[in-house]
Amino acid sequence: MSETKWNIILKIYRQKENEAPHYSEYKMEVDPDEYVLDAVERVWAFMDRSLCFRHACHHSTCGACGMRVNGVEKLTCITYIRDVTQDGATLKVEPLRNFPVISDLAVDMGSLYCRMDSVGARPVLPVTEAEIENPSNKWNPEDAKYIRLSDCIECGLCISACPSAATSSGYLGPAVLAGAQANGLKHDPALLELVDSEDGVWRCHSAFECTAVCPSFVDPARRIMNLRTQIVSERLSRLFRRKS
Amino acid sequence: METQRNRPSPSKFWSWFFPVGRQTGGWAYVLNRVTALGLTFYLYLHLIILSKLAQGPSAYDDFLAFIHNPVYTFGELLVVAAAFLHGFNGIRIVLTTFGVSVTRQKQLFYGLMFIAIIIILIFGIRMFTA
Ligand code: SF4
Repeated sequence: MSETKWNIILKIYRQKENEAPHYSEYKMEVDPDEYVLDAVERVWAFMDRSLCFRHACHHSTCGACGMRVNGVEKLTCITYIRDVTQDGATLKVEPLRNFPVISDLAVDMGSLYCRMDSVGARPVLPVTEAEIENPSNKWNPEDAKYIRLSDCIECGLCISACPSAATSSGYLGPAVLAGAQANGLKHDPALLELVDSEDGVWRCHSAFECTAVCPSFVDPARRIMNLRTQIVSERLSRLFRRKS
Repeated sequence: METQRNRPSPSKFWSWFFPVGRQTGGWAYVLNRVTALGLTFYLYLHLIILSKLAQGPSAYDDFLAFIHNPVYTFGELLVVAAAFLHGFNGIRIVLTTFGVSVTRQKQLFYGLMFIAIIIILIFGIRMFTA
């Protein structure tokens, strides 16, 4: 925390049931080294108890506090005010796109959770499968008994940022396809029909926005591309198996 | 309880062109859509122009003489530009789809666009000096 204080206007998207959406503005003094979620919480605590938003862990593990900050998807519990606005400026906070708004900043993430289940996305993995930070060749086979939380925290930022997800409600979306890729088609061949479909990997048109906003190093775009390669090789091997 | 407004819908295609917060890949996505729309529009225009042939060779020759001016040449250059930008952007998509340069897709995009712009410039110089 710093001694510096900034005066900002927090402009928050508001929408209750059957109400037209509008923005409420709150003038407030903030420490620029606070997080955006701290400012939103202060509005609720001291200015407007009707403000509705989701949050839980405050350390980027639960994935509940995803919002759009000045138009960009952010996990607000780890987004410094200093990084997204300046003294005297307006900071706009809106709900995630592509999920129905329940109230104000709270959206219904049910579709994401159900789809993660449908591809068998695992909340914990053997440490030996941790791809990015520790390539598999660094592990001994016996290390597979140790498990770690999977990288994806199901925050939905990638689905909000994806332009293809904006126009297709059936699209599985980056996080779900990344979950399928982490399982692998060899490990779970039943996934092939689900992901090799119009609303599967082929709906992605390579905007790479998912990877740009993902706060948890899942790199969903890379995983989607890898899943495409897995699909092509699985289809080819099935074709040759049938012919021989 | 929940509102419909924020749900995905085909009518939200305009959001493909919304510029705030876009990363390089997002701009590549926008470029691909804009050039695809331009090329589709040109395809129909081209068919309409070809239909002039049905009115006989002299009608077609008259039309060719009519469009022989810098404004139409610039229009043709736009078509050439759209074709090369779209085509080279497509190469980025094919390469990344097969795992090539996925983690360097930004550099791949800039490199391919650089080549496309050089080719467009060469076409432009030749079209306006011919
Ligand atoms: S892939 Fe990344 S952005 Fe998408 S839900 Fe998982 S953690 Fe969030």
